[in-house]
Amino acid sequence: MAELFGFPLPLLLGQLMLGLVNGAFYAMLSLGLAVIFGLMDVVNFAHGAFFMMGAMFTWMGGQYLHLNFWWMLLFAPLLVGLFGIGVERVALRRLRGIDPIYGLLLTFGLTLLIEGVFRSFYGVAGAPYNPPELLSATLNLGFMFLPSYYLFAVAASLLISIGTWLLIERTKLGAYLRAGTENPALIQAFGVNFPRMVMLTFGFGSALAGLAGVLAAPVIQVSPLMGSNLVIVVFAIVVIGGMGSVLGAIVSGLALGLIEGLAKVLFPPISSTVVFILMALVLTLRPAGLFGKEK
Amino acid sequence: MLPRTRLSNILSNGLLWALLGLALIAPWIGLYPVLGMRMMCFALFACAFNLLAGYAGLISFGHAALFGGAGYLTGLALTAWGWPTPLGILTGVVTALLIGLVMGLLAVRRSGIYFSMITLALAQIVYFYALQANFTGGEDGLQGIPRGTLFGLPLQSDRVMYYLVLAVFVASWWFLRRVVHSPFGQVLQAVRENEPRAISLGYRVNRYKLGVFLISAGFAGLAGAMKAVVMGFETLTDVHWSTSGLVILMTLVGGLGTDLGPIVGAILITVLEEKMGTISHFLVKVTGIDWFHQLNDSVSMVIGAIFVLCVLLFRRGIVGEIRARLLLGKFAP
Repeated sequence: MAELFGFPLPLLLGQLMLGLVNGAFYAMLSLGLAVIFGLMDVVNFAHGAFFMMGAMFTWMGGQYLHLNFWWMLLFAPLLVGLFGIGVERVALRRLRGIDPIYGLLLTFGLTLLIEGVFRSFYGVAGAPYNPPELLSATLNLGFMFLPSYYLFAVAASLLISIGTWLLIERTKLGAYLRAGTENPALIQAFGVNFPRMVMLTFGFGSALAGLAGVLAAPVIQVSPLMGSNLVIVVFAIVVIGGMGSVLGAIVSGLALGLIEGLAKVLFPPISSTVVFILMALVLTLRPAGLFGKEK
Repeated sequence: MLPRTRLSNILSNGLLWALLGLALIAPWIGLYPVLGMRMMCFALFACAFNLLAGYAGLISFGHAALFGGAGYLTGLALTAWGWPTPLGILTGVVTALLIGLVMGLLAVRRSGIYFSMITLALAQIVYFYALQANFTGGEDGLQGIPRGTLFGLPLQSDRVMYYLVLAVFVASWWFLRRVVHSPFGQVLQAVRENEPRAISLGYRVNRYKLGVFLISAGFAGLAGAMKAVVMGFETLTDVHWSTSGLVILMTLVGGLGTDLGPIVGAILITVLEEKMGTISHFLVKVTGIDWFHQLNDSVSMVIGAIFVLCVLLFRRGIVGEIRARLLLGKFAP
C-alpha cells in the first residue's frame, strides 16, 4: 500500500476529499459573512442559524410537503433570504451608526432564539436526509468510495462562490456594493438607495447561508444545533483570511477545510481546534489576516 | 433641591447598602443558600466581565473559557490531588490567569469587533480540550468535588459556605471598583474613549489592555472556581460559548459600565433560569397553550429573546437607564 509521511495514502486522500467538502461549505459561509460585514459592519452570528434553517427547511419540505431536494434548493434559500430581509428591516436597521458590537450581540441573541424555537419542535437529535436519486450513486476513485453527491456539493459551492465573487468584482451592481462599502454617504449623494441596498445585501448573504445549508443537508446530520459550532469556525476562518476580502474568504475557507482533513489523519486530537490554532498563529504574524488590509 | 449627581450617588449608595443588608439576612428569610451562592458567583463573573467590557470597551466573547477552565482545575485539585479548598480555588485562579495571558496577548492585537471574534475562537480551543481531555470527564463532567474546610470551618454547611462566598464577593467587588477609579482605570477609560489620543499621550495602550484583561480573567476564574466548589461539580456548560453570551447578557441587562448593574443583571437572569419552570406552568395555565411547557426545556430561547429586546430597546440596562434619567433630568419639572 502506498504511503506518505508514514500514513496510508488512501486514508490521507480520503480525508482530504472530505476536507474539501467541508472547505466548500466554509467558503460559502465566510463569503456571505464577509460581504455583510463589508457593507454593514455587522458580524452576523446568526449566519450559522441561517445555515441551519436552510437545512431544516429542506428536511421539512421533504417530510411535510413531499418536495424533493431540487425544489428545496430553490425555495429554502429564498425563504431564508426573506427571513434575513425581515431581520434587517425590523432589527438591524435600528442599530446603524452605533458601536458594531451591538450587531454581533443582537444576532447572537437571535441565534439562541431561532435555535430554541427549532429545538422546541424537533429536539436536539439530528435526522438524516438522503441525497437526491440522481446523485445517489457512489463513485470508486481508487483510494476511496465517494458518494457522487459530495462531488456535486463541492462543484456547486465553488460555482456559487466564484459567481458571487465575479458579481461583486465585475458587474455594475457589484461596483455599487464596493462603493457602498467604501463610502455610503457618497453613493447616496449619487442617488443610490442605500438602505435598500443594505437590506438586499443582508438578504443575499442570508440566502447564501441558507443555500449552503441545503447543500449540506445530505452530508451533515440535519439538527437545530448544526449551525452554531460551525459559525465559530467560520469566524476564525474570516479572521485568518482578513475581514475585508471576499477572495480571501473563499481561499481560506477551502484551505482550512483541507487542513482540517489533513489534521484528522496526522494528529486527530487537534482536528477540531486546528483552525483556531492557525488563527492564533496568523494573528501573531499578520494581525490583519492573510488577505486583509489594516484599516 | 439636591444636585442631580448627588441624588444619583445617594440612590446608588442606598441601593448598595440595601443589597448588602439583604444579602446578609437572605439565608434566614427564605433564600435557598445554594441559589444565593450561584447568584453571587455569576455576579462576580459579570463584574469581572464588566471591568473589561464596560470600562475598557473590550467585549470578550470568550470569558466562559476562564470561568469554566478555573472550575475544572479547581475540581481537579480538590478531587484527584486532594488539596485543601483555598489552595484548590487558588489553582483555579492561576489557571484562569494563564489562559487569560495567552488569550489576552493575542486578542489585544486587534480591537472592537475583531477582539470579540478572536476571544470567541480562542475559547473554543479550551472547550474542545475540556471535551476531549480525560480529567474533565467529557460529556459527564467532573463530579463529586468536595467542599472541604476553611480554617476548621465546615464548608459542608450551606450557610457557612454562603457567608464565605459573600465575603469573597464583597471584597472582590470592592477591589474591582477601586481598579475602575484608580489612575490605571482612568487610563483604560481614556483608551476606550479615544485610543489614538491615549497613544499620542504616551500610554502603552496594549499593556493597559493586557493588564485589565488579566485582572478580569483572574476574577472570572475566582468566580468559576467558587462555583465549582459550591455546586460540587463542573460541566461543559461552563466552558461553552453560550456561557460567554450569558455573562454578556447579565452585564447588559443590568447596565454595561455601571458599578451595580452586573449584580442586578446576574440576580435577575439567575432567578429567571431557576424559576423558568414556574413561569412556563403559569403561562400554560393562563393561556391554555401547551407549547409554553417548552420554555422550561429551552431557557436559551428566552435568554435569546431578552438579548434581542435588550439590544434593541434597552442598551443602557436597568441601572444605566436609571442613572441616565437622573443625570439628564428627564424627571425634572
